[in-house]
Formats: sequence, C-alpha cells, structure tokens
Amino acid sequence: MPNQVPLVSYLVLGDDPHLIAHECTNCKARFFDRRNGCAKCFGTEFKDVSLPKEGKVRAFSVVHSAAPGIKVPFVASVIECGTTRVSANIINVDPKPENVKLGMKVKLATYVLGKDEAGTEAIGFGFEPA
Amino acid sequence: MASENLYILGIHMTKFGKYPNRDLIDLAAEAAQGAFKDGGVTMGDMNILAAGNLRGTGRIGQPLQKQIGQTGIPVYNVTNACATGATAMRVVMMAIKAGEADMGLAVGSEKLAGVGLLTGANVKADGKTWTPEGRYDAVSATDGRIGTETMPGVFAQIGMEYGSRYGEVSFETFAKISEKNHYHSTLNPLAAYQKRMSLEEIMKDVMVAYPNTRPMCSANSDGAAATVIVSEKKLRTLSKAQQDRAVKIAASILTTDPWEDGCQVLANVNTCTREAAKQAYAQAGVGPKDLHLIELHDCFATAELVHYDNLMLCDEGAAVEHFNSGATWREGRQPVNVSGGLESKGHPIAATGIANVWEIATHLRGEAGPRQIEGAKIGMTHVIGLGNTCAIHILQK
Ligand SMILES: [Zn+2]
Repeated sequence: MPNQVPLVSYLVLGDDPHLIAHECTNCKARFFDRRNGCAKCFGTEFKDVSLPKEGKVRAFSVVHSAAPGIKVPFVASVIECGTTRVSANIINVDPKPENVKLGMKVKLATYVLGKDEAGTEAIGFGFEPA
Repeated sequence: MASENLYILGIHMTKFGKYPNRDLIDLAAEAAQGAFKDGGVTMGDMNILAAGNLRGTGRIGQPLQKQIGQTGIPVYNVTNACATGATAMRVVMMAIKAGEADMGLAVGSEKLAGVGLLTGANVKADGKTWTPEGRYDAVSATDGRIGTETMPGVFAQIGMEYGSRYGEVSFETFAKISEKNHYHSTLNPLAAYQKRMSLEEIMKDVMVAYPNTRPMCSANSDGAAATVIVSEKKLRTLSKAQQDRAVKIAASILTTDPWEDGCQVLANVNTCTREAAKQAYAQAGVGPKDLHLIELHDCFATAELVHYDNLMLCDEGAAVEHFNSGATWREGRQPVNVSGGLESKGHPIAATGIANVWEIATHLRGEAGPRQIEGAKIGMTHVIGLGNTCAIHILQK
C-alpha cells in the first residue's frame, strides 16, 4: 500500500479514518485549525477530540463555478456531527439539488485525491448518504 | 450617546457599471466632487478624509487628494471587505465625535467590472511533494474539496441554513427576491443593470451555486460614492439651504461576529447583523416598524431573505412569510432595496456602503424622482463585510 497523507491534519487516517477537532480545555469550543487561543473564552490549552463519523446536512449548495482544477458541479455542505459543524463536500451522489435534503443523514468517506512524485497519496474526505 | 448629532451634508454616487477608460481615482474624484457640490462646500472645508478601496491599491486617499485638493489634512485609507465604504464613513464620524474635525469626506471606489468569481483565499496549487501548509496543514487546495469558499456558494448555504432552522425555503422564493430587485432597478438610472427579469428567466439563467443563479448574484461593476459628513454645530453655521437638505445620521453602528459553533465552517452574518440592528434601533430611538425603507446587503438573493429576520423586519423565523406578504416590494408596506440592490445596481465593493446611504438620503430628501418612496422620513442601510463585519446606518429627515 502506498504512503498516504491526509489533505488536512484534522483528518486522521488509518484503519478507522475520522475527523478530530482541537477542543478548548476550558470551554469546550472546538476548532479545526491551529489556534493561538480560544475564540470563545481566550483560553490557550486545547486537546484533540474525535468527531462522530455520522452527521446530518444543515446547509448545502450545488456549486457550478469553482477554482481551476475543481470538478463542477459539486455539493458543498455544512454537516452537523453531533454538536460540531463540519464543512465538507457531499460525495458519491449525483450533484443535483433533488439528491440532497436538509437534515439528510450522511457518513464520512475518504478518497484518493492524487499522488505526488514519490507516489504518496493525498487522501481527501467528504460525506456520503448514510 | 450624549454627543452631538452628525449629518450628511452632501452625498453622491457615480453610475455603477463598466468604465474601461477611467481608473479608481477618476471615479473617486467624480464622487467626491459631486458630494462637495451637493453639500455646497469645497475640499477646503474638509478636516479629514477617509478613503476606501478593497481590490485595487487599497491606498487611494492621497492620490485622490492630488486630483481634488491637496490641503494637508489627515487621510485614513481603510479596507474592511464589503463594509469598506461604511467603515470609511465611520472613521470620519469618529474623528468628528473625537473633536478632531467638524467636517470630513468619506469616499469608496472600486473597479470590479469583468472580475470573475470572487473565491476564497485558499488557492494553493498542488506541488511535486505533498507538503502541509497553513493552519490546517493542508497538502493541497481545500476550496472546492472541503466545501466552498466562493461567495455565491457561501451565501447559498447561508440561505439554506435559514431553511434548516425555520423550514425549507424554495428555490422559487429566493428567485422571487431577485425578481423584486431587478424590477426595482428599472427605475434607477444609476444601476448597472436596469432590466426587468421574469421569475422564469431568473430561475432558468446560469446556475452559479444552487440556489443562486447569475441574476441572483451581486453584479461586479465599477463605481464610487462619497459623502460629506458634518457636525451639528458646524451645520448650524451654514446656509438655510444647506441645513434644509442635511440628513441626520440617527445611528451608526459597526459590529463583528461573536464566536458561535459553526462560525468556523460557515460565515455567520446573522449574529453580527442582529446585534448591530439592536444597537442601531436603540441609538436612533426607533423600532423596525418605524423604517420607511431599507437598503440591505443583498450580495446574493439568499442573503436578502435572512436579513429580513436579522434586521427584525419580521418575527423570528418568519422571513419567507414576510417576503410573500409583498411588504418588501416598492409598492409594499416596507420596501427593501428600491435601488435594485446589489443584484442589479451593482456591487463595487468599497462604494457599496456609501451608495446605499446615498439611496436612502435621496428618498428622505424627496429627490428620488420616479422611484421616490412617498413620505419617507426614516431609512436604514446595512452592509456585510465577510469575515465578518456588519455596519448599519439609520438616517432621519
Ligand atoms: Zn475556550
């Protein structure tokens, strides 16, 4: 199996790919990116927590116009994973509005985004109908 | 706020559209000189200049002075996304309130015609070796792979999210909002587009980001707007004609979005707008029902809907009902975007937050011609700068 790297560090690969968030140890606010402090309570300590792999669609758009290299149309969405909202594409679905519903149950899925010169695969993620 | 009232003394906007042969400064100069003429003053009367521009050099104040009057006054170049123009106005107001000036010019100028889709900042290209970069340790571009950072897609989701909270909103409802604004634009000679469009035409047009088709997106265009703001004390020393046309700035508020879960994945333009509206109503001593007309930030048709609710023009959760009642059409109980809104008037970013003040002031002065909202005495302007900022002005005559 080729080496793999995740598209972003909050995607954890391995036998059970899942998303993590950096949770403020004081107020439990969650962030996906590196933070200098908590935007909610200004605390500076975080710990990593795993997010549920299932969620439901809170918002979506079928995007027909995007940066070069991005295949259109695609479904951009906000997924509610437990109490945490995640940005992701809805994948493995024909990208038409009638195929996506607000509140629809979805689950995390990963895919190979591409290979670099060394043959290492970058792994992306999306959510697919559950 | 116990300090003295501030007034719009003069205000002007260029026609929005395409100006291939005129630069940012030409447009800013036309707006500034127009505002001086409108207010019966000159550059020599200004004690401060705040100049806004987002996507050009961002520093147009001093070059502008070279064209309209180089008097040595302080210049503040400001950028604040789509709230840039409104922010320039607030810089002038804060200087007057601080006692550093009694009259000043705020100007916003932008060249956007022909600019394509405004995407997010993350446009990292694939390299030869995957290398984690940035705050997400991304090895490749994330825009389009982890949701969208394009404005039409972001604001589409903002509209859809409203549906998640209060019940699904149909594509047709969003398109009807656009139908209203394009209808309104037919009476505004300064709008970039003045074409009435049927609901069917709007829905069948090119899909940009469902549910926003092309005519449901703000029109990229060139343009500038400028205003002369004056203290009440100074205004009382001016002629009766000048005093008679001055429009009181009953409220001027700027907020940003407080942290809320989800704001990191979808811009939250709701919290900052609702808070700004609350503060503005309190400052002006009026309520939502007292407003005779509103120019709100319809950067996309999906955005207009959520702001009916955020500005408390309707009960919470009742934006669709409010729109369907016909209230926001120019013949309705409380017209919204009689200028045609950003969808047809155009959205030269830095000019927008002053141009909407021009629209309201023109109605309050009774000078809006065929599109005049009769008897308008109180109006509101609202802009959103993604990132996020909300600026609201309430004007009163
Ligand atoms: Zn915290």
